[in-house]
Amino acid sequence: MSGRVLLKQGGGGRAMRRLIEDIFIRDYAAMPFDGIGPAAMDDGACIPFGNEWLVITTDSHVVHPIFFPGGDIGRISISGTVNDLAMMGATRILGLTCAVILEEGFPIEDLERIQRSMVATCREAGAVVITGDTKVMGRGEVDGIVINTTGIGLTKRPIRDNGLQLGDRIIVTGTIGDHGLAVMSIRHSLGLESDLSSDVAPLNGLVAATLEAAPEGITAMKDPTRGGLASALHEMAAKSNVGILLEERRVPVTQAARAAGEILGIDPLHVANEGKAVMGVRAEDADRVLEILRSHPRGRDAAIVGTVTNERPGSIILDTGFGRRLLAEPDGEPLPRIC
Amino acid sequence: MKEAPSLQFRDPELAKKLAHQLEVLMEEIGRDVSVMHVCGSHEQAIAKFGLRSLFPKRLTVMMGPGCPVCVTDVPEVDEGVLLAEQPNVHIATYGDMLKVPGTVRSLADAQAQGASIHIIYGPAQAVELAKKIDGEVVFFATGFETTAVATAAILIDNPPENFSVLSAHKYIPPVMEIVAEMPDTKIEGFLAAGHAAAITGWGVFEDFVQRHSQPVVVAGFEPLDILAGLVELVTLIRDGERRVVNTFPRCVTKEGNLPAQEQLWRVFRPIGGRWRGIAHVPNGNLRLRDEFAKWDARRRFTIDLRTLWDFAPPQLANQCICGDIMAGIHNPVDCQLFNKECVPETPVGACMVSNEGTCKIWHLYGGIPDLGVGQAPSPVKDAS
Repeated sequence: MSGRVLLKQGGGGRAMRRLIEDIFIRDYAAMPFDGIGPAAMDDGACIPFGNEWLVITTDSHVVHPIFFPGGDIGRISISGTVNDLAMMGATRILGLTCAVILEEGFPIEDLERIQRSMVATCREAGAVVITGDTKVMGRGEVDGIVINTTGIGLTKRPIRDNGLQLGDRIIVTGTIGDHGLAVMSIRHSLGLESDLSSDVAPLNGLVAATLEAAPEGITAMKDPTRGGLASALHEMAAKSNVGILLEERRVPVTQAARAAGEILGIDPLHVANEGKAVMGVRAEDADRVLEILRSHPRGRDAAIVGTVTNERPGSIILDTGFGRRLLAEPDGEPLPRIC
Repeated sequence: MKEAPSLQFRDPELAKKLAHQLEVLMEEIGRDVSVMHVCGSHEQAIAKFGLRSLFPKRLTVMMGPGCPVCVTDVPEVDEGVLLAEQPNVHIATYGDMLKVPGTVRSLADAQAQGASIHIIYGPAQAVELAKKIDGEVVFFATGFETTAVATAAILIDNPPENFSVLSAHKYIPPVMEIVAEMPDTKIEGFLAAGHAAAITGWGVFEDFVQRHSQPVVVAGFEPLDILAGLVELVTLIRDGERRVVNTFPRCVTKEGNLPAQEQLWRVFRPIGGRWRGIAHVPNGNLRLRDEFAKWDARRRFTIDLRTLWDFAPPQLANQCICGDIMAGIHNPVDCQLFNKECVPETPVGACMVSNEGTCKIWHLYGGIPDLGVGQAPSPVKDAS
């Protein structure tokens, strides 16, 4: 690779994956490691631990603006890491670390508000921050606040994002596109009035209930954050070497998100979710899993949205209700339509 | 979750009925038929909803020169670039224009080298900018008669002294004549854009129908609008009827928006000029009339395009078939650069730049126009 790092290489899509593969993963993947490591490029790493697996994940959080409808950077930084653990099947959180980088001049009042939000989210997730680090940079050297959290959890069976099998059903645990559209509609100060609200929330409780009810039924799982459902499905399809038939009209999208998406020219399937999971579920377990999800407060809008197929491995075939086309994989952050 | 009410114009069941009607009509015709639409918004709806997989196999629906950014000619981009590089000049333009390749540089290149370029969403913002800024503000205005009316309105409103317009506005009806007369064309009828016709009125197409003996159907932009428009158009082709039919009466009248037309023609006069990749189009370009000369950037500044003429176009640009795509002779997938060297981040041709461009639209919606029905796995059962 040559040149300079581009913004789109952090957008969660193809460009970002290429950067990570080309620069970071190659060397680490070649080093000896007994477990699920960097080569898997999954949501976290797994280390064998007695007859269980220790799961570790880390995530740095930046978001503009830091307070947004439905949440803030504190809630995201706890939920994001808890969810990455949960996506690997580790719903019991042993502990979290939290490192904060602050810009000189950052209001203490805001910092306290963020801290309160992190504590509340920890309580919700049954997680505790057990160590941390704080740095302050000069004005202009960092943009406001960056929060890194690392999480450690335990699971009996790691769930991968490459385990989709032919015939599996694809389930999403709720409405799609809320976080990304909520943030974007205020970020570009387009003066949109709407009741859009981020879905940011810890999902370990929801995932635990599902795994308990159908321990072998979940074949793959991922949280559709940056790049949205489109990116998560592409990654799962490519790693599992299968195609996915997605039925657009079954994907739950709130009226507010649908309207904002139409106005901004942004597909809700392409934007981040911070409180949703997408699962591959064995066909015979799909109805039961859906029932469990819907009986949980975080899964009320769960829906079966697609089927795993052997047609076009690595691709997502979108049935729009009118006809069929391929769903493009996002390649960088979507921007609102100009004209 | 509250169930969203189903949008009136997005009923798949009705769509399937219209698709079936198209099938029946095409069977009655019994040969291949090609029709053309001339609007990026039509192509977006066709691609987004996967409508091509519903069209009969023998019916080809091509996108013509329906992207104003794509047909903005290289010298017009060059004019914008050279103006941007003059001291004390700020360019205000639509975001889509930034990456359109010029002879040597795009506006984005000029911006990277320090030129002052402001992205705006409408002409009024350009005027606001001129009120705030001391230097010269040039509004690089692109678009068809729809957006040209908005440009006309601000000029009639007596904008500030330091404001001027570099008009690359284009007028659609004449280019339909060019495409209809192209020797390679197989086009037998046109689907006209509903929003442009809302301004011009559908009556504007009557002369075209007379001269070229081709039917024109004015259609809206929802999936059902497009399908209903195509059913009407193919019916006219089957019956050998040459007339204009308006299938978008909720917005379009025969006379159109008369005050808007009055403003348009008070400010602009049509002149001949090149459309990128298409041809010289008589009366296809809109330039400012003499009464508005003081706001005409072409008269206000010296723009010497010859400074750019020593440069040969880059190798890849020679392989670009944007012109044939806009003329309806080829599809994006016929281009060897499509989705390889030519992607939205590094566009070779203008059709990959704009959200209205055929190549960009195809790229956005998966890159394959028609997946067909395929061996679909059994659809999802309702679990609720």
